[in-house]
Amino acid sequence: MAIHTLAVLVENSPGVLARVASLFSRRGYNIDSLAVGPTENPKVSRMTIVLNLEGHALDQVSAQLFKLVNVIGISEMKDSDSLKREILLVKVANNAANKEVASKHKAVISDETTTTISIEAVGQSFEIEALLADLKPNEIRELVQSGLVALERGASTLADRTLSTMGTANESDPNSSTADYQN
Amino acid sequence: MSKMNGAQSLINALEAAGVDVMFGIPGGAILPAYDPIFDSKIRHILVRHEQGAGHAATGYAQATGRVGVCIATSGPGATNLVTPLADAQMDSVPIVAITGQVPSAAIGTDAFQEADIRGVTMPVTKHNYLITDPADIPRAIAEAFYIASTGRPGAVLVDIAKDALQKETTFNYPKNVSLAGYNPVVEPKQSAVLDAAALIAQSKKPVLYVGGGVIKANAAKELMQLAEITGVPVVTTLMARGAFPDSHKQHLGMPGMHGTVAAVTALQKADLLITLGARFDDRVTGKLSTFAPKAKIIHADIDPAEIGKNRHADVALVGDLKNILRALNPATKAALAKSAPDLTPWLNEVYGWRSKFPLGYDKPSDGSVSPQNVIERIGKISGPDTIFTAGVGQHQMWASQFIGYEKPRTWLNSGGLGTMGYAVPAAMGAKVGAPDTTVWAIDGDGCFQMTNQELVTCAINNIPIKVAVINNESLGMVRQWQTLFYNQRYSNTDLHSKRIPDFKLLAEAMGCVGLRCERPEDVDKTIEAAMEINDRPVVVDFNVHRDAMVWPMVAAGTSNDDITVARSMAPVWDSQEL
Repeated sequence: MAIHTLAVLVENSPGVLARVASLFSRRGYNIDSLAVGPTENPKVSRMTIVLNLEGHALDQVSAQLFKLVNVIGISEMKDSDSLKREILLVKVANNAANKEVASKHKAVISDETTTTISIEAVGQSFEIEALLADLKPNEIRELVQSGLVALERGASTLADRTLSTMGTANESDPNSSTADYQN
Repeated sequence: MSKMNGAQSLINALEAAGVDVMFGIPGGAILPAYDPIFDSKIRHILVRHEQGAGHAATGYAQATGRVGVCIATSGPGATNLVTPLADAQMDSVPIVAITGQVPSAAIGTDAFQEADIRGVTMPVTKHNYLITDPADIPRAIAEAFYIASTGRPGAVLVDIAKDALQKETTFNYPKNVSLAGYNPVVEPKQSAVLDAAALIAQSKKPVLYVGGGVIKANAAKELMQLAEITGVPVVTTLMARGAFPDSHKQHLGMPGMHGTVAAVTALQKADLLITLGARFDDRVTGKLSTFAPKAKIIHADIDPAEIGKNRHADVALVGDLKNILRALNPATKAALAKSAPDLTPWLNEVYGWRSKFPLGYDKPSDGSVSPQNVIERIGKISGPDTIFTAGVGQHQMWASQFIGYEKPRTWLNSGGLGTMGYAVPAAMGAKVGAPDTTVWAIDGDGCFQMTNQELVTCAINNIPIKVAVINNESLGMVRQWQTLFYNQRYSNTDLHSKRIPDFKLLAEAMGCVGLRCERPEDVDKTIEAAMEINDRPVVVDFNVHRDAMVWPMVAAGTSNDDITVARSMAPVWDSQEL
């Protein structure tokens, strides 16, 4: 299987998203989705990257990624060992059929006008895909997806495994408002 | 703590990092830093082009093992450093580039001389910084030197906004650098060391495949020990010339596209490659799927991402090569004490190839000067204590083939990026780092015309390098490919540079001594005349035969099994060798 999900802890420093994206681009690794946000540690951000690795070894990708100075830790999030979720927001026509689709998939209608409803769904990839499949394509006015986020099952954390070696280089809190993804 | 501006803090930080020389050119955004440079004990050498500053830093670093430093202003000053940064990064050379940036309030406004040099250099540096707060300057400099010089060495850029140089700050240089995401592994796993030793002790056809990492790790002595413990034949890549003495009886020469028949063939027929600080580059492997098909691979490298990148490793040794060899040598000795295979048949075979297919060249029949002979004679006359630099092309390959290298850090060239114009500025940097050593730049007429302006820098700053322009009036390597693969259609490779420019006059115009050699019988005495000049740079225009070619050759993308020793001429093997 060529699809892999990596959880990547990075220093919350300016340019870090560009470094990761530049690496993937120049080495020809395909990103299916990339989600990034703050973590429990203000110095650290977490990326969840879904990769389509046709012709590249995962170990090689991880090793190249780990060469980036701002990358602190990497872990593969396997289906069997992790929680994986996506968010879907989709705007469709306001009619009974679409409301029934939302209800069938236990999705929430978060916004409603006389002509449209906005459906909000959180779930695993296959659940999101199933919901989308039930909506008639010509009725979808607009949709947005978050990309996958993943968390390891059980008590162990990626941060515990990798941050124990984290040094104290950034005594002053890096200015997180300048990180790319928050701009 | 005394107050100072960011510029003074920068210079203090560079002094604290141990910098003794830097190469650069001032300009608007970096100008605040040049004021304290005026009073600093750091020697600043004013170059004529920022690219020269970058390659000089690289030459300095390769010759000395220390971090090379270059400095430039924002915008075009910074973008002119891109080529040398990419060059140093590809060849794992530790350099730090300091660039001025437009004031932080102007960043992102397309201000005058603004270029996003952090963004531009992200793919060609090991790491880079954009500093907008003067308080961050000392730590960024300390980290830059730490990152550049540790692990797999590389290029680091520190871009500093002009206002950060101007604002008041205090100077506080960190005693230790600790980075969450950067902890290079330097000690190999003991289990892997034992596996490697066991594999060596089982192999009947081993080869030591030695790359530039041995020189970077200052591990030539340890390599010699391993070679002598095992008796295994050695090949040294383009980046590793000098890591193992050419005169040593186990040395087979250089592998790769223009390697010796013995080195190329030994890798192809080997049952084990003991790979030390080499990266299975396409110029060494030829067509990867046919490279060393029967060989198991021991791969020792400081960079874990090199393991398995191009070729699967049966045993991976990640760490500093000096540490690896210090562990591997006794382990191998112990393993061989238990059972040592008889390498005699293999050694007879490989040394047979070496004596049967030595490097050589034909003297031109028209009485013109042979470029290979010029380079060979410079090597002989100047001797193995000389530092040689080269540009890229035929002259580079001949300099790697026909000069005997006996010591590390005596052969500096652009191996990975293949940067034409590297030789002159790199020689300048090497001479600054090793002022008592003779430094010869072996250059081509094409390369020389890219960066020769740094001879002005050399003349003015008392940096007496020697330059041999191997002038075949053409872009020789490209012309060779046109001869071999494009039906001798010499599209845009004729430089018409026999007298335009007149390199002798050009040299004199730049404050150097200019010499010229046009006849084979004048080669030695011209080189000797150049050797006598030590108060100024000297440039020798060697007018050479233009159709000389680099042999042997493995054509790009083909198998190393298809090596040719001359045009359409495969080595003639004895039947039992096939």
